[in-house]
Amino acid sequence: MYTASDLRKGLKIEENGDPYVVTEFQFVKPGKGQALYRCRIKNIKTGASFEKTYRSVDKIGKPNLEEREMIYSHPEGDQYVFMDKDSYEQFPIHADVLGDQRYFLIDDMEVSVLFHNDLPIEVSLPFFIEKEVVDTEPGVRGDTATNVTKPAKIDNGYEILVPLFINQGDIVRIDTRTGKYADRVSKG
Amino acid sequence: MGSERERLQAMQPALLHRARVLQGIRRFFAERDFLEVETPVHVAAPAQETHIDAEPTESGYLRTSPELHMKRMLAAGYERIYQLGPCFRRGERGALHHPEFCMLEWYRAGTDYLGILEDTRALLVSLDSVFDVVWKRVTVEQAFAQWAGWNPVETYDADRFDLDLVERVEPALAQFSEPVILTDYPAEAGALARLKPGDTRVAERWELYWKGVELANAYSELTDAVEQDRRFEQAAQERTRLGKPVYPLDQDFMDALRAGLPPCGGIALGVDRLAMTLFNATSLSALLPFR
Repeated sequence: MYTASDLRKGLKIEENGDPYVVTEFQFVKPGKGQALYRCRIKNIKTGASFEKTYRSVDKIGKPNLEEREMIYSHPEGDQYVFMDKDSYEQFPIHADVLGDQRYFLIDDMEVSVLFHNDLPIEVSLPFFIEKEVVDTEPGVRGDTATNVTKPAKIDNGYEILVPLFINQGDIVRIDTRTGKYADRVSKG
Repeated sequence: MGSERERLQAMQPALLHRARVLQGIRRFFAERDFLEVETPVHVAAPAQETHIDAEPTESGYLRTSPELHMKRMLAAGYERIYQLGPCFRRGERGALHHPEFCMLEWYRAGTDYLGILEDTRALLVSLDSVFDVVWKRVTVEQAFAQWAGWNPVETYDADRFDLDLVERVEPALAQFSEPVILTDYPAEAGALARLKPGDTRVAERWELYWKGVELANAYSELTDAVEQDRRFEQAAQERTRLGKPVYPLDQDFMDALRAGLPPCGGIALGVDRLAMTLFNATSLSALLPFR
């Protein structure tokens, strides 16, 4: 168990059986009153976040969390199969846990999977991937400094917004954390 | 080392400002015949308070406040004394807290917490004309009725009081641009203040808030030795219940109280917080060179 004085931004705790991460933290204490620890905590499984104030006598649960290195293998319906790098054990992870990240999976990609009570709850991909643009309007030469964009699709149908100068066949870098275009790697 | 140099140099305007505040404080008290005193920082017996933890040393403690020694001087006949110096509180660290901070405490015999309020207003106006406005005054009872929906004076609940003060009342006080005096705390939150003659549900204690920041805590000082002893004992029991260390009782202070403390008012003001808020900063990091 953690004590309230252990609280800090980034700490992973357990509330109502779910794993949470402290996203905001503030120590408050009126001169003669008790110390209070005001936090904003985010449910790692659902992304839902709420505010909670702890008293210095409060004890806070430590979640049973484990991070494992895995390799992406293949899709199976609405699950995606990963293989543990050490044990070669296969783990299917549901599309719900991956969210849009499922569009950024590439064969043999190395990822980090966070397990809570032995169930996968969060997958961390490499920050950037390179993908070919398979469908977009022809590129327009022009001012690369403008923010005007157009839609473009990558092989799995995922759509991103790209600058006007991007052509079909171009390889682009996508930021897996935001799902957005980062820059162009090479022309098609 | 390069970034420390930059950091310290960038702090210069704030430090200059803070130094001026200290000069202004000394000038104010000199003009009013207050004696600046210096009492021990290293003490054998810190005041026993439920929620204030002292830093232990090998042979005693660092003081959390100069109160007990200054009251001994009042009992010996000193009538107007003030002290500027470091106080230490274990485990208090945040935007508005640093485990070591500069406290201004002054005591005036023959007055009460309302007299101290006059002193406070005069001091702050002398430091900056931004204080030369009508200060808002609200009782704890009114504040909790309006912003928390219950009456802690009638039925005190320590946890609920502390939580609502921080979550509801203090944020509400932050909406006022003028200084706010939150006054007449429930007796159970009276600390070292005497109970109000005529209404013993409340203690003669007020706190000054400005821009939502707690700046000072003032009392009509408790002069009743029996009541003080009872409160120290209660705090000791509370601390034990909370698993906190219990401090030795300051017998010299209790002796002085039994010999007789004249009616007096006193106040503790956070100088770093005052300078910080005057400087429009929201964290002590703006003017503490070494955090």
